[in-house]
Amino acid sequence: MEFFKYTRTFNFMGKSKVAMLLSTVLVLASYALLVTKGLNYGVDFAGGTVVQVKYDSAAPIDAMREKLKSNTLFNGATISEFGASDEVVIKMKSTTSNVTVDIGDVTRETLNGTGSYEIRRVDIVGPTVGAELKEKGVMALLLAMLGILVYVAFRFEWRFAVASIVALIHDISLALGAITLVGLDVNLDVLAALLTILGYSLNDTIIVFDRIREGVTKSRNSELSEIINDSITRTLARTTLTSLTTFFVVFTLFMFGGEIIHAFAFTLLVGIIVGTYSSIFVASPILLWFGFDVKNYHVKLASKAKREAEKQRMRDQYESGVM
Amino acid sequence: MKLNYRIVIFALAIIFGISFSVPSLLQTEQGKKITLGLDLQGGLHMLLGVKTEEATKSRIKSIAASVKHYAERKDVLIDHLVFDDSSVSFEVLDSDDLPKLKEYLAEIEGSDIVNIGELITLSLTPEEIIKTEKEAISQAIETIRNRLDQFGLAEPVVARQGEEKILVQLAGIKTQEEEQRARELISRAAKLELMAVDEDRAARVYAMSDTDAAEYGDVILEDAKNPAIKYLVREIPILDGGMLTDASMGFDQNNRPLINFKLNAEGAEIFGDFTGRSVGKRLAVVLDGKVYSAPNINERIGGGSGQISGSYTVMEAKDLAIALRSGSLLAPIYLMEKRSVGPSLGADSIKASLIALIGGFVLVIIFMIVYYRAAGVIANIALIANLFIILAVMSLFGATLTLPGMAGIVLTVGMAVDANVIISERIRELIYEGKSMHKAIEDGYSNAMRAILDANITTLIASVVLYAYGTGAIKGFAITMSIGILASMITAILGTHGIYQMLESKISKSKNNQFWFGIKG
Repeated sequence: MEFFKYTRTFNFMGKSKVAMLLSTVLVLASYALLVTKGLNYGVDFAGGTVVQVKYDSAAPIDAMREKLKSNTLFNGATISEFGASDEVVIKMKSTTSNVTVDIGDVTRETLNGTGSYEIRRVDIVGPTVGAELKEKGVMALLLAMLGILVYVAFRFEWRFAVASIVALIHDISLALGAITLVGLDVNLDVLAALLTILGYSLNDTIIVFDRIREGVTKSRNSELSEIINDSITRTLARTTLTSLTTFFVVFTLFMFGGEIIHAFAFTLLVGIIVGTYSSIFVASPILLWFGFDVKNYHVKLASKAKREAEKQRMRDQYESGVM
Repeated sequence: MKLNYRIVIFALAIIFGISFSVPSLLQTEQGKKITLGLDLQGGLHMLLGVKTEEATKSRIKSIAASVKHYAERKDVLIDHLVFDDSSVSFEVLDSDDLPKLKEYLAEIEGSDIVNIGELITLSLTPEEIIKTEKEAISQAIETIRNRLDQFGLAEPVVARQGEEKILVQLAGIKTQEEEQRARELISRAAKLELMAVDEDRAARVYAMSDTDAAEYGDVILEDAKNPAIKYLVREIPILDGGMLTDASMGFDQNNRPLINFKLNAEGAEIFGDFTGRSVGKRLAVVLDGKVYSAPNINERIGGGSGQISGSYTVMEAKDLAIALRSGSLLAPIYLMEKRSVGPSLGADSIKASLIALIGGFVLVIIFMIVYYRAAGVIANIALIANLFIILAVMSLFGATLTLPGMAGIVLTVGMAVDANVIISERIRELIYEGKSMHKAIEDGYSNAMRAILDANITTLIASVVLYAYGTGAIKGFAITMSIGILASMITAILGTHGIYQMLESKISKSKNNQFWFGIKG
């Protein structure tokens, strides 16, 4: 079976202006959402408490609310269904620092009389820990990008590195926008998903860039846009296929992985779609616009090859004892 | 068909993968196994802080107690012995005693002694305070570890995290009650003090306020059973739990549980001296600031052993004895983070992620066969081998499998076939260009290699950062991802290449590209 039989080159770069416009609009929309609606930080980063309660039958949310009103500790607590009608999570801003009796225990006591229930999960994240996790999370994202930037600059050329980072920022921005749009709680797992998107999207970009590098080195054609079109077309089957297989598994994770993994899977789903798109329509055009000069690169390669040859010659001479 | 080094390495990798993942898969008695994370098997994860300033306070208090004891033993008359959060001060009545007293005080480590006339003030140096605080953390870790080791759960984790946090992880907690008990045991100060009841003023205790009591150098303490009963005791204890050598549960004549304790030689001496001097007075047994009993002293008590009676259950008495035996916490601890997962939720998570893993896996396998035919089958062999190797490596290192870790494996399934997709596409391309089968395969691999390496290394960079900066369960994700990527280098690149080389003559002869690579021509 074949999705794309390589017969002719698609003119991707011809569509790049439209794509860039679309990307710009989407990125701006994401930022607008981030500013107006704001990210919904979960307990991991904002600090607070989450208590997951499972009832024998449908959870009596109204009765629970009534009970929670009795204690100011629960001020501003929200109760929402978690995957099924018999399971709910109570989220609140307050935390307690007593080890023996914590806010989870208080919740269990308070809910007494609302039916037969079991406390299945208690997450308490104190404010200092939350702030620390947030700081670490941002550091992780920045460091990962920096590491990637250095590696790609080393393996390819600085313009490739910058282009791939722009594509990554594009992907992360859109993913954050989508998260904000559906109002997902941003916890550690979402951060992990964002970092995975980083790795995944870069994978895609590098496969295309590798072809471009190969095209630039091998072909006599010095028109970069044609080389890019050719490279994207030749990798299109792979891009589609890998995206599809990854999409399959993440989709099953999203559907059947359970409520706890939901936010993680959702973020990844968005990331896979956006990442695939960006490696074709964001990273490559940027390379073009940065004025990557094929002729210049050829000259550089030639002089590099010359230097290598010179070195080799010296080495041979040295080994045969001429010097 | 002929053997080549690649297929040999691949075969060895498969044998390694299968043999070392067997203990985990079949849960055999022997062999190293993967540990399930707390989120999958249920358990308690806590990050605790230590109120280190309290350690300095109690250090000051115990210095005060030893000064008092020294003065009594050596017949040095001192007065106005008081202490606050950071210093102890007293007046020496006879200045002839000053030199020997100073000599004694100089032996107290890390102290600053200021002497103006008869007034001596002793405070801790800043270095000593830092040292005391550091010790309080190490001591808390040590104490909590000792207590949990005796609690009866398998492999409790107690470790320092960062400079001043304590990580406690307890796997396999089955019930709410058990969790509660564990938390009580961990946080219990277990500070035993033997204090003298101030018999001169005891009758007036109910009319006194805390400040009134402080004026006499006394404190008011409540009874452990009945908070309405109050005792007036001397603030500086006769001795504290630091001199305890053993504590165990016993029973009184009415078969009620109580705790027997033994003091070390120094403690026994102090205890003996005190009881000898105080016949007819009462001795308060104080635990964590509550009076458990206050018996009359009938005679000098030598031997250095005593009892703490109270109305507790056998379980409580047992836990209390553990706490006393493991030593008291120099400073109280507080909760910074807690994550507790019930076993039923863990089981649900395992079920859900297994369904996702198997579902995703089957989809990918079918897809690869439909799209690439024989090449797809070869890629699938690599994929299955990859899964086994991930499990084997994790088992060998005793790594922890968390829910995000399961997600990492699921994701690796999707991404591991990527290498084979790239390679197969390259081979197809070369076949279309009319290259010989040998050339198509060899060039296909070498052309694909650079891209695969670069892509894998950048993903590895992201995983390593995630491992370094992630916490708990997220680390598990980074681990499975990294192992998966590294394993895919052996299975998807080396392994499949070996299979193609082995089958090369067959493929060349058959000329059936539809069967081998899913393309016409």
